[in-house]
Amino acid sequence: MREWLRDREHLVRMGILFAGALAVFLVVRAVMVPKDFGTYGHFRTGALADNMAHPLVFAGRQACGDCHDDIVASRKGSKHEQIGCEACHGALEAHASADDPSALKPKLPDVKTICLVCHRENVAKPAGFPQVDPKDHGDGGPCTSCHNPHHPEIS
Amino acid sequence: MEADRREFLKQTGLLLVLTGAAAQAWDFVLAGEPEKAPTYKLLDHWWAMAMDIRKCIGCGNCVRACKTENGVLLEPDCFRTWVERYHVHPDDPEHPEVDSPNGGYDGFPEKYKAGDGSKNFFVPKMCNHCAHSPCVQVCPVGATFESPDGVVLVDKTYCLGCRYCVQACPYGCRYIDPRTETVDKCSLCYHRITKGLTTACCEVCPMGARKLGDLKDPKDPIHDFLKDHMIHVLKPEMATGAKAYYNGLDGSVR
Repeated sequence: MREWLRDREHLVRMGILFAGALAVFLVVRAVMVPKDFGTYGHFRTGALADNMAHPLVFAGRQACGDCHDDIVASRKGSKHEQIGCEACHGALEAHASADDPSALKPKLPDVKTICLVCHRENVAKPAGFPQVDPKDHGDGGPCTSCHNPHHPEIS
Repeated sequence: MEADRREFLKQTGLLLVLTGAAAQAWDFVLAGEPEKAPTYKLLDHWWAMAMDIRKCIGCGNCVRACKTENGVLLEPDCFRTWVERYHVHPDDPEHPEVDSPNGGYDGFPEKYKAGDGSKNFFVPKMCNHCAHSPCVQVCPVGATFESPDGVVLVDKTYCLGCRYCVQACPYGCRYIDPRTETVDKCSLCYHRITKGLTTACCEVCPMGARKLGDLKDPKDPIHDFLKDHMIHVLKPEMATGAKAYYNGLDGSVR
């Protein structure tokens, strides 16, 4: 028996070393890997909540319509009806969620530039999309002198 | 001991009876504000994006809104979404001229002339939220992943900034945020869509050229979009399971 052990002593030593290393690995792993890792896949489930926690900046057209229902009504049937309010008026979550929204009134868009963001002539724009060269159209005046931005059609 | 047992029975009972989302909501009910309880169910959604190249006017609203909503740096190589302009000559459709000045953030100054026989159009680009994402496969630490509702997200606390995923993405949708030295990419406005809002880019697109869709919702208009148009995804040969579906995608688009 003693002889048998002596011949294999190096194997036993290696086995003990290996078992020790495995134990250390398991302990370190249990400490380091978060409890919620791997619930839905190879990631920390808390990362979903981290991504959800980002603050809102754009309120969304629903929030605008909650108070400004008169404007929503005035856009009915217009070519601009489907455009989100914040497409022209900018990000307004701070205004929408304020205790006193009137204290945080957004600035009116500059009508000399905002219309041209979309309507300036460009060959890459889809044919049929209304586009103008401001040099040939409108005498350089603000677009609002003829067009109502909430209902831009001229009857 | 007595109190511990009572607590244990209460917690287990609650978990057994309510399970999952309802158990989460119970805390809010007890606090007297049930309307604040999260109602978003992870497994009830499978998000995708419908893009219509025939509608895109290259105004850059999406690019600006994305940067505003997500606090993306205003550097010319930091984009979660951007717009490209294609100039394709019919004699040589294999070699389109593509430009994207500042990602389309400042719009597209006129560069080409009408009537030169070329084809010109805009292509909005963003993360394709692939179902089999190459970027997720190469991440060595599980810092990027496909969420159960079909969004490719980043765990910034885990990201090492090794840049494997930046190289792996066939669509060029990832960049390293120099402020944190971690990767950044489109999160499909995860903080918005889980609250019932649409993404910032969709919110401000004046043409409805991009529309968020939930493929698990049978009433979502994306099903009609996919049915009524000839749909293509970018680089289908990569078998990424891309979920940014394009209408009117020209063969010259890379």
